[in-house]
Amino acid sequence: MKPTDIIKDKEYFHRVVDCQFACPAHTPVPEYIRLIAQQRYTEAYMINWESNVFPGVLGRTCDRPCEPACRRGRVEEEPVAICRLKRVAADHKDEISAHLPVIPTTKNGRKIALVGAGPASLTVARDLAPLGYELHVYDEQKKGGGFMRSQIPSFRLPESVLDEEVGYILDMGLVTHFNNYVDSLQDLLSQQYDAVFVGSGAPRGRDLANLPGRQEADDSIHIGIDWLASVAFEHIETIGKRVVVLGGGNTAMDCCRTARRLGGEDVKVIVRSPYEEMKASPWEKEDATHEGIPIIENHVPLEFVHEGGKLVGMRFEKVQAVYDDHGKRSLVPTGEEPVLYPCDAVLVAIGQENAFPWIENDIGIEFDDWGMPVLNPQTYQSSLSNVFFGGDAAFGPKNIITAVAQGHQAAISIDLFCNGQKVEERLPPSTNLVSQKMGIHEWSYDNGITTDDRKIVPLVELTSALQNRSLEVELGFDVQTAFVEAQRCLNCDVQTVFTDDKCIECDACVDICPMDCINFIENAEEEELRQNIRVKAVNVEQALYVSGELKTGKVMVKDEDVCLHCGLCAERCPTAAWDMQQFYYQVTKAASACKK
Amino acid sequence: MTYMRPEFRHPDLPVNDLGYTRKDYEGAISTLCAGCGHDSISAAVIQACFELAIEPHKVAKISGIGCSSKTPTYFLGKSHGFNSVHGRMPSVATGANLANRDLTYIGVSGDGDTASIGMGQFTHAVRRNLNMLYLVENNGCYGLTKGQDSATSDIGSIGKKGTPNLFEPIDLCTLALELGATFVARSFSGDKDQLVPLIKAAISHCGFALIDVMSPCVTFNNNPNSTKGYEFVRDHIAATGKTDFIPVRKEIMAEYNPGFTQEVTLHDGSVIHLYKNDSDLDLHDRLSAIQAIHRCKEKNEILTGLLYLDPDCEDLHQILGTVEKPLRDQDEEVLCPGSKALEAINESLR
Ligand SMILES: Cc1cc2nc3c(=O)[nH]c(=O)nc-3n(C[C@H](O)[C@H](O)[C@H](O)COP(=O)(O)OP(=O)(O)OC[C@H]3O[C@@H](n4cnc5c(N)ncnc54)[C@H](O)[C@@H]3O)c2cc1C
Ligand SMILES: Cc1ncc(C[n+]2csc(CCOP(=O)(O)OP(=O)(O)O)c2C)c(N)n1
Ligand code: SF4
Ligand code: SF4
Ligand code: SF4
Ligand SMILES: [Mg+2]
Repeated sequence: MKPTDIIKDKEYFHRVVDCQFACPAHTPVPEYIRLIAQQRYTEAYMINWESNVFPGVLGRTCDRPCEPACRRGRVEEEPVAICRLKRVAADHKDEISAHLPVIPTTKNGRKIALVGAGPASLTVARDLAPLGYELHVYDEQKKGGGFMRSQIPSFRLPESVLDEEVGYILDMGLVTHFNNYVDSLQDLLSQQYDAVFVGSGAPRGRDLANLPGRQEADDSIHIGIDWLASVAFEHIETIGKRVVVLGGGNTAMDCCRTARRLGGEDVKVIVRSPYEEMKASPWEKEDATHEGIPIIENHVPLEFVHEGGKLVGMRFEKVQAVYDDHGKRSLVPTGEEPVLYPCDAVLVAIGQENAFPWIENDIGIEFDDWGMPVLNPQTYQSSLSNVFFGGDAAFGPKNIITAVAQGHQAAISIDLFCNGQKVEERLPPSTNLVSQKMGIHEWSYDNGITTDDRKIVPLVELTSALQNRSLEVELGFDVQTAFVEAQRCLNCDVQTVFTDDKCIECDACVDICPMDCINFIENAEEEELRQNIRVKAVNVEQALYVSGELKTGKVMVKDEDVCLHCGLCAERCPTAAWDMQQFYYQVTKAASACKK
Repeated sequence: MTYMRPEFRHPDLPVNDLGYTRKDYEGAISTLCAGCGHDSISAAVIQACFELAIEPHKVAKISGIGCSSKTPTYFLGKSHGFNSVHGRMPSVATGANLANRDLTYIGVSGDGDTASIGMGQFTHAVRRNLNMLYLVENNGCYGLTKGQDSATSDIGSIGKKGTPNLFEPIDLCTLALELGATFVARSFSGDKDQLVPLIKAAISHCGFALIDVMSPCVTFNNNPNSTKGYEFVRDHIAATGKTDFIPVRKEIMAEYNPGFTQEVTLHDGSVIHLYKNDSDLDLHDRLSAIQAIHRCKEKNEILTGLLYLDPDCEDLHQILGTVEKPLRDQDEEVLCPGSKALEAINESLR
């Protein structure tokens, strides 16, 4: 293999920081976790705010792609509770207004329209407001936040948390047009906007329109996302005692748990697929189960059973999952009698779709066969050069953190576009590498490796939770627990940096490394090296760090996979050929892009 | 800010026949200087015992005084250990071995501990063919007392303090060969591919097994003009050949060139193969080993690898005809036969 070029290849060390790499917004996770351990909550919060804009919201609701990626999960059973640590920063921070960017009073003369006030649009606004843009936000709802407000129930995300973080952005001098549905892009474009950002989400819930009984029993059948929005905006306050929720995703989980709080006593989730294959995150399923909601798998809806238009139940066919040679699943009827589940209401939570009825066909925005806008995946620019998309509206329904990440990129594009620059010519991320050595056995990070198990977030008592739709279920970590959890982090951003010409090949690092990461062997092609080292490097997602040729003709090969970043290699190296250096990686935002 | 070895180990670490991983053979974290050759030797001992699947509680580690003699703390943390007096490791090992022949004895010593203060002890352990592995961690100086020249330091070699050594060195391998040692090898701490099979073979040998391991002292004797530093040793190393240790159970698969390969079956049934670099060396011939060492020395080379082996020797127990059962397993009557037995003995001598 060629020697690893840690300086030129900015992504090399980024990949080593598993959580940050997995985070769509590339939040510098280990840095904020260390700050939490040091009780520097405000700084931890601001690092998050810079990257992901909604730390308090995300600390409660994020899909947390970082956690399955976390190295700790490869070293022992459970990853670091990254997401809930983020909440700790939000819960315990001080007043942050002094840390927020200054918004220029003299504007830069450019006017941008943002359709939708969800996380994607708000991120664009947050990045562009400090640059002096005049920002107009449109949303059909009465308040900002998008689906974070209309869909995510307040027992998971208190309104005060959302109001606070949405408020930081609205307070940057945005012109809000709430209660204002944009019904024509053409009209909007004619209002002298320099650019338009479409962050309108994926607002249409799927229905079972053709199932027998659907029309007749309509009064008791609700589309999940519409129903959740009505609950959020207090148009609906009760539901029948027996509720069937159809679907296996997170929307179904929010529907069933909300139904439990609006008077549903016998609430069931009934899903077509096997339990294991449900789309909902494992923790969402656990939360539903904890609230006494059974999840019934392998049942395909057959009909809504009604008596003269009054819903009395729902009939299902039992199926089993069968897989062909390619692993493709089909749900095959078991041949048993259909089963009837009596109920008073059904919530249909079987998926969401994009819909752009307000975008005219002939104004130059190209859509693909699935009705999605054709976009450049790096710049989010549409085929109409002054219209950009982001969030669920861009590539279909995902999650908040993806909407934020895309918002940052779209903001860069809009800024470049408005300055007459090529939107494709973007600045690379900023990176920094700084030695952590302070003295003998002394590093400026806490390199001890603790063995504590992952901490569990305490919950409010169940009966009170079920009585109050707005009572937050999770209590969050107290600071002591947060400290113990934060110490579980392996500091994957503190990199092992190797300097070949200092190494005397004494093997001290090989001998001390608890994880058998380090090898001095004959060079070979990557596949061969992966086989030849002390413990075979089977996890090909994780890189090999390869040095230049050493005096004996061998090379140093380090498997990054399970390195604990404990620093013992650097500690034992007599010549400081190994050093522990903190790698800071930051996605370039519009604010810095403009200084080009 | 800590200097503790984490609890975690690689999740895919191999296990041996006892179901143990290498972690089960580790000791406390080393307090030696970073980069000390002795630490590599500890790692090699750990690897060898792991591969041999020795039960850790059936090993006794015995040492004298010196940085080298400290190392038994850093390997086999679950084994018996005795950190004795400077140069006195052989007597303690002899006593322990006589009392219980069922343990594996690993003696660790330094060049100071062996070739100076302990020389008298060393020579007698050799000639008695005490069944043990005797490891000399040879750095050409007294590391623990800040690097004075030792008796193995080459004439003219310059350590950290900067004055050349004035005296002829003692070559422990040739000396041991002279004294009738039954297993003699030399190695280098920086060459585990060679050292680990040698340690395995030495442990499996039933008799006295000396391995003289060049083990650089990074702090006091790793200068450009020292003949025991990493660079010098690497640049001047020659090997008798590649040693393979094949445990009893494994079938021998390799094809080899008969003129250059010597195969020795140890008394426990395991086999050693030496793929020789020098066809004149005969592992069963002391003289050829001594000559090979001298030939290399003349070329300013350090000959490493297996040098001599007599697998059919008798160890001290066999020579003395001692009881097989360890003393601790004998009952009081046998150990303390009483005044009548004493009288009988005295009577027989009158
Ligand atoms: C029930 C449910 C629970 C969820 N839970 C989570 C969770 O826990 N964690 C997570 O990360 N993600 C969750 N999501 C997904 C997440 O909410 C979305 O992925 C995210 O909000 C998308 O952000 P966005 O900015 O693209 O659009 P949205 O948040 O959908 O915002 C779009 C806004 O645009 C408005 N709008 C649309 N069209 C127009 C128009 N023509 N004129 C004016 N306004 C318009 C809409 O009213 C809406 O307010 C959940 C989704 C659902 C349905
Ligand atoms: C009886 C006695 N004399 C002298 C000493 C001082 N002393 C301690 S270690 C040592 C030499 C150790 O050299 P070596 O065996 O080569 O070990 P190294 O530290 O080099 O590994 C000496 C002379 C002592 N501890 N006891
Ligand atoms: S251990 Fe810490 S830095 Fe490493 S992946 Fe997990 S959270 Fe990130
Ligand atoms: S930091 Fe160094 S010693 Fe620690 S696990 Fe990683 S490579 Fe091994
Ligand atoms: S400890 Fe340092 S000098 Fe020794 S082999 Fe490792 S990197 Fe090289
Ligand atoms: Mg010494």
